[in-house]
Amino acid sequence: MRHRATHPALRSSEITPEAVYVNRRAILAAAGALVPSLVGALAAETLKYRRNAALSTNEPKNSYEDITTYNNFYEFGTGKSDPAKRSAKFRPVPWTVAIAGEAEVTGTFALEDLLAPHALEERIYRLRCVEAWSMVIPWVGFPLADLIKRFKPTSRAKFVAFRTVQRPAEMPGQRYPVLDWPYVEGLRIDEAMHPLTLLTVGVYGRELPNQNGAPLRLVVPWKYGFKGIKSIVEIRFTERQPPTSWSRSAPDEYGFYANVNPEVDHPRWSQARERRIGGAFLTPPRPTLMFNGYAAQVADLYRGLDLQRNF
Amino acid sequence: MEARAAVAEATTRGWRLRPLTLAKLAVFAACSVPLVVLVLRAFGFGESLGPNPTESVMDVLGKWGLRLLLVTLAVTPLRTIFAAPLLLGLRRMLGLFAFTYLALHFLVWLTLDRWLDVAAMLEDVAKRPFITVGLTALLLLIPLAVTSTAGWMRRLRRRWQRLHRLIYPAAILACVHYWWQVKADLREPLIYASLLALLLGWRVHRARASARARARSQG
Repeated sequence: MRHRATHPALRSSEITPEAVYVNRRAILAAAGALVPSLVGALAAETLKYRRNAALSTNEPKNSYEDITTYNNFYEFGTGKSDPAKRSAKFRPVPWTVAIAGEAEVTGTFALEDLLAPHALEERIYRLRCVEAWSMVIPWVGFPLADLIKRFKPTSRAKFVAFRTVQRPAEMPGQRYPVLDWPYVEGLRIDEAMHPLTLLTVGVYGRELPNQNGAPLRLVVPWKYGFKGIKSIVEIRFTERQPPTSWSRSAPDEYGFYANVNPEVDHPRWSQARERRIGGAFLTPPRPTLMFNGYAAQVADLYRGLDLQRNF
Repeated sequence: MEARAAVAEATTRGWRLRPLTLAKLAVFAACSVPLVVLVLRAFGFGESLGPNPTESVMDVLGKWGLRLLLVTLAVTPLRTIFAAPLLLGLRRMLGLFAFTYLALHFLVWLTLDRWLDVAAMLEDVAKRPFITVGLTALLLLIPLAVTSTAGWMRRLRRRWQRLHRLIYPAAILACVHYWWQVKADLREPLIYASLLALLLGWRVHRARASARARARSQG
């Protein structure tokens, strides 16, 4: 069984009346019986959120199935379907997150306490993978900036480093040194504070399934997908630029910034075009947009930075 | 020697159900399975091709092409080690199946992946080594597929065998192509590269041994 966390962001007035959820569960159970592979996903608790239309794209969304069966989450294996198939043993509850480094408030916090003050919103973002495919995903989360402010980073906090949980017993991919576990990522503090940067707890109105980075992940829509670190257990404010897993693994192929940029090719493939997942066989590739189409919002962050060199 | 034996084998008469004919039927059936399964999957039967069907199809075709190339290269060592001349009669079919899978792999890339965008493809071939080596491997295999018939064997005689040694660089490039395409998990490319090293190493070892034997008998 998956966990049934009562979401801490909920006030009692927002709790669904029993008759409604009992009925809903019956429907979900029936649906689950028909589609066994989706039982876990459908059993995930639905979230309370508001839609943020201003920061959402109008492009057609990928299906829940696309989003939850085609994943790069090497902790569960390197095949695209591995995370969905091999993450059933992962337990995202209970969960704690350490807040550390250059901040006035630090410590280890239960996820419920960390999330409690934040109202959730849905944002439909494009996701561009460094492998030249893309999706459109309705995430549920809140701005990372709102969380960061609560911990009062000091003037020495120039970067934010993130770390994924390490549990080889539950994450079979971590038993092989495909990457140097645990997975780590980082952002410049101004990138972390940008209003588009979303600390994410859900997708399609439900809690994140394990394969998508339960219970807490990062979404930075103008960067390649691998910057969106999953199953976060530590957020650390640092003075120096922190190491990131992919640039440590192949520094000439993956940089710290990893901004989506059609003019800077990966050494082994072009980044000029992308394949939108979910199209039929006969869908031509589409052009990749600068900063994944978020240039108007984020280009200012990189004024004066040589993007060819800082890729 | 090999070429003559192959010619003899290829020109042996008749469609009686000799062991070779049976073996050929079995190999034909076995080699067709991945392709048949793939076509069925593309039409919605069996395991889904997933949210990125083009990638899945290219992956299946490329991997089976490479595996069959290695199987083809395993014929001579196995035939020698186990003294099973029957195997030689299967080599052409194995090689042609390998070529078929690799050619389809390329055609899917050309159409469904690159969408016949010639400019983008030329850029890829010029700028991306893993595509360059993959395409080179396929080009090297084309003359081999063309001259695989008994008629070409007869016409080319000893040159046929020399020409068909192009399978060695082609197989090396195919392994490199797969190796360079992978992002971080090199386990599967490593398996194929190791098998190839073993198969080519056996040939080098045998060539050296026979050179030594010749030197001794002359001395």
